[in-house]
Amino acid sequence: MKLKGNAWKFGADVDTDRIIPARYLNTSDSAELAKHCMEDEDPAFAAKVRSGDIIAADKNFGCGSSREHAPIAIKAAGVSCVIAKSFARIFYRNAFNMGLPILESEDAPDSIATGDIVAVDTALGEITNVTKGLRFKARPIPPFMQGLVAAGGLLEFIKKTGVGLN
Amino acid sequence: MSPKIRPLTITEKILARHAGVKEVTPGELINAEVDIALGNDVTAPIAIHEFKRIGAKKVFNRNKVVLVPDHFTPNKDIKSANQCKILHDFAKEQKLTHYYEGGEVGVEHALLPEKGVVVPGDLVIGADSHTCTYGGLGAFSTGVGSTDLAAAMITGRLWFKVPETMRFVFKGRLNKWVGGKDLILHVIGEIGVDGALYRAMEFTGPAIDNLGMDSRLAMCNMAIEAGAKSGIIAPDKITRAYVAGRAERPYKFYSSDEGAQYCETLEYDCLEIEPKVAMPHLPSNTKNISEVGKITIDQVVIGSCTNGRLEDLAVAARILKGKKTAKNCRLIIIPATPFIYAQAMKKGWFDIFLKAGAVISPPTCGPCLGGHMGVLAAGERAVATTNRNFIGRMGDVKSEVYLTNPAVAAATAVKGRIAHPDEVV
Ligand code: SF4
Repeated sequence: MKLKGNAWKFGADVDTDRIIPARYLNTSDSAELAKHCMEDEDPAFAAKVRSGDIIAADKNFGCGSSREHAPIAIKAAGVSCVIAKSFARIFYRNAFNMGLPILESEDAPDSIATGDIVAVDTALGEITNVTKGLRFKARPIPPFMQGLVAAGGLLEFIKKTGVGLN
Repeated sequence: MSPKIRPLTITEKILARHAGVKEVTPGELINAEVDIALGNDVTAPIAIHEFKRIGAKKVFNRNKVVLVPDHFTPNKDIKSANQCKILHDFAKEQKLTHYYEGGEVGVEHALLPEKGVVVPGDLVIGADSHTCTYGGLGAFSTGVGSTDLAAAMITGRLWFKVPETMRFVFKGRLNKWVGGKDLILHVIGEIGVDGALYRAMEFTGPAIDNLGMDSRLAMCNMAIEAGAKSGIIAPDKITRAYVAGRAERPYKFYSSDEGAQYCETLEYDCLEIEPKVAMPHLPSNTKNISEVGKITIDQVVIGSCTNGRLEDLAVAARILKGKKTAKNCRLIIIPATPFIYAQAMKKGWFDIFLKAGAVISPPTCGPCLGGHMGVLAAGERAVATTNRNFIGRMGDVKSEVYLTNPAVAAATAVKGRIAHPDEVV
């Protein structure tokens, strides 16, 4: 998958309460969740973000709760991909299970500032900061998880293989 | 002759057993059987939606899918009521044996061990990050997302990456007023909120051998606050005494082999650990209570899946006996389950709490996630025995949360500022 968009930069340990505050968890409607995406980090984010934009963050992005509302809100807000130095493990699982492309890179986030144009090739694991003319390699994605993404997520994978459907 | 198996950690043994293989290696991806799949009123609606969307008709085992609407119950508003109704209807349709509502519901991670729904040796997944709590019983348990829960509800299996294990050895005796909460806050303060990312945390040593079950559950509960996949304590006679008369199913005790591989081993002398306070806005932002200074507090919350159990309310009652909460400081006490609620009442603690000026809430997550029953205004500060103090966690983004053990929380309510229990008792 090839993606290109305007970058939004965030710091380290962005927790799921900042991605989507718990006060909005009484719904799982994606459009409703998108309206409050990153609200406690940047109240104007949901209004400013445009379809195809990319989030770049420091380490441990998505730490805290297991709420799938976090990747749902990000995806529904139009964000096409998240790049971080590392992801919290439940967020990592959730993103793959629901088909939000995420990439881990130790160096790319440091080079990216809000407003930079960033291009991503998920198949090759390549991140390019178009504005600054820099290219980075992302950590490889295990083949099993590539399979999940190719199938369109975990449940589509199960549906395809038919395991356990009764 | 079968080839000799290398020495394994308790976590590797449980995972291997559930994957139907002799041994597993960190980094390996496995497909393992799940003993219990748990969801709550925040995460299960999405899982149930996905379950139906792909055309599933029946859960893999109606005794093993557990639904606990605890976050926004008793229903906080219409939206929450609708979410809870999704669980109610699904539980009825699927004839789930473990669905709790009304006077039967409690905070999920306090309720399941108490009722013997999870047992030692289990592999438990829950669409809630604090599912790691059950490591206190010697089970492998980990938080997942709603899609994972849907997959497990359908197939009874889930994919896992075998984690490396970090070992934490606690030596010496616990200081007065120090409990499992302080040990885990101390660790998180040292290693950081991603200090155990993707790893299993194994807690061991003489101090753990003597630690009560409520404290063990509290420690494993917060493994996720260090980024870990799971926390675990090998079961022993304390575990045996706890599960006796509760366990619904046969259970199995596993322990790590001599020579098992750890990616890191950290040792602590408990004599050096005093009651801890995690300052805003990260659980790793810890200080010793003696270094905190004068910080006035508007609200104290004693409850949650971390410290809402009997041991926690007992220490609060001990400190609050004959005392009053400070003026301008609200105290909210939330027994985590109906059983704990009834016990606290029977033991006379409700009288102590009410005389002290506390509000006693029915079992719920409530303010822990800023849901209801004690949400903070801008500029307010709370001490809570919960597990997270992220920005906006208990209410307004300009509010602050300080995490402590229940003894410090109770003393704080009396003083109206963060206080050492010795100042009060
Ligand atoms: S008490 Fe708090 S941390 Fe525990 S399950 Fe409820 S919301 Fe989550």
